Amino acid sequence: MMGPFRPAHEDAPWARRLLLGLALLVALVMLLLPLLAVFTEALRRGLPVALDAILEEDSLAAMRLTLIVAAITVPVNLVGGVAAAWCVAKFDFPGKRLLVTLIELPFSVSPVIAGLVFVLIFGAQGWFGEWLRARDIQIIFALPGLVLATVFVTFPFVARTVLPLMQEQGRDEEEAAATLGATGFQTFWRVTLPNVKWALLSGVLLCNARAMGEFGAVSVVSGHIRGETNTMPLHVEILYNEYQFAGAFAVAALLALLGLVTLAAKTALERVAGRRAGGAA
Amino acid sequence: MRGPARVVAIPGFGLTMGITLAWLGLIVVIPLAALVIKPWELGVGGVIASLSEPRVWAALRLSFGTALLAALINLPLGLLLAWVIVRLRFPGRALLDGAVDLPFALPTAVAGIALTAIFAPNGWLGAPITALTGWQVAFTPAGIVLALMFVGLPFIVRTVEPVLRDMGRDAEEAAATLGATRPQTLWRVVLPALAPALLTGFALSFARSVGEYGSVIFIAGNLPMVSEIAPLLIVIRLEQFDYAGAAAVGLAMLTLSFGVLFLLNLVQRWLRRGRR
Repeated sequence: MMGPFRPAHEDAPWARRLLLGLALLVALVMLLLPLLAVFTEALRRGLPVALDAILEEDSLAAMRLTLIVAAITVPVNLVGGVAAAWCVAKFDFPGKRLLVTLIELPFSVSPVIAGLVFVLIFGAQGWFGEWLRARDIQIIFALPGLVLATVFVTFPFVARTVLPLMQEQGRDEEEAAATLGATGFQTFWRVTLPNVKWALLSGVLLCNARAMGEFGAVSVVSGHIRGETNTMPLHVEILYNEYQFAGAFAVAALLALLGLVTLAAKTALERVAGRRAGGAA
Repeated sequence: MRGPARVVAIPGFGLTMGITLAWLGLIVVIPLAALVIKPWELGVGGVIASLSEPRVWAALRLSFGTALLAALINLPLGLLLAWVIVRLRFPGRALLDGAVDLPFALPTAVAGIALTAIFAPNGWLGAPITALTGWQVAFTPAGIVLALMFVGLPFIVRTVEPVLRDMGRDAEEAAATLGATRPQTLWRVVLPALAPALLTGFALSFARSVGEYGSVIFIAGNLPMVSEIAPLLIVIRLEQFDYAGAAAVGLAMLTLSFGVLFLLNLVQRWLRRGRR
């Protein structure tokens, strides 16, 4: 074989082709096929059937509930996440590592446990069960429970995307602003926020996607009352278990679209942020 | 910076610390404390009795076994994807790079019914697999491993990728100059350098998989003693209003998985020290 010169630390062309082929096969089976399956199954009985399933009353109620849960969850975790990132990045205090570990903890806790803990506290036989029943307050099997479980599961997203960037940028600019007499809010709004806005937006998007798509945690606290405490992913499960596959996949396709849009937006944000960072350097 | 300690003039410590502690305490710390306290309402003997049911053992063994196996299979697959994304130039590379994050973005229930449709006995891949090998993937523990592989794959790719990118090729060139064959270089130079990242990816993939629920329950079959995962057992006990029993399973899961993560952390330290 008299091919062109190839350095000894490079892989042979056949090896590269083999690796690429294998990687594409893995990506096809593990990543693309599931996505494709959702849309094919959704449209199997035609677009009108799919649209009917999406526009049906219980399904619209599920969408409404999902939007409400996300609309409460995301701001809570946005404020908490930014406060935590600010506190960790701009100050030194004992127990900082413990604090960061605790913030990331929900990522290693099963979603089912995330739901379970709130049932243990607020459920009928939980710590406050009697007390709540006496006052006719419902938390589990109602909106507050759904929100609590979702906040737990999506807890670390914003803090974790913003914190590394804030740490990287150090404290000089904030100290300068403070020396010049800026208040805390002015410093945050005019100095820190512009530096981290793209990462922040990306964290919010991921938090929102997970909040809308969460299944395990909300499944435990929902009670599965159609049209009342069913979020979209739970509605998918109900339709699926009733063998209404076209409907289940139609609602699932809508959720998959949400995931795709989130992914595209995140990639675009990373590009913009990368270009800004590159241009500024 | 030398000289006297700098005076930190940045305001807002009290406010942000207050918000952080309130947020963390109310949502994470107090609820998890409930999980730690609740099982002991049964007494120590009760907790032991509740956890030593064969069905609990089977579920815990299944959850941890499938999560470890899925993370193990994902190691070479994740390394392969990271390698191809970093080292090769080909049309569609950006698309492949983006597709890797798909399992992060796709709701777990959606992934669950999609994988079930593909690997069911009459599915796109399920039918040929059953025809060729006689195996059934969906509704067996194999289906659980598959779902967990889907969920865990991006963790490995995304931890290996940056290390591979920063590594450069100097060491590989040096090894080749010194007469190492390509396989020797990969095995003794490249792989050891990637080992810590691979281990971190393995740990993340495992941590995510072991408690996974949404993508698993559709494909699992959920047969007690055979394909019933531990999180499902928690749900079943809650439905029977056995709160303390559910909490006992939850606490056992958390303790075991933190134990595994701690061990992996020890291996990680040993790896990093060995490299120096």
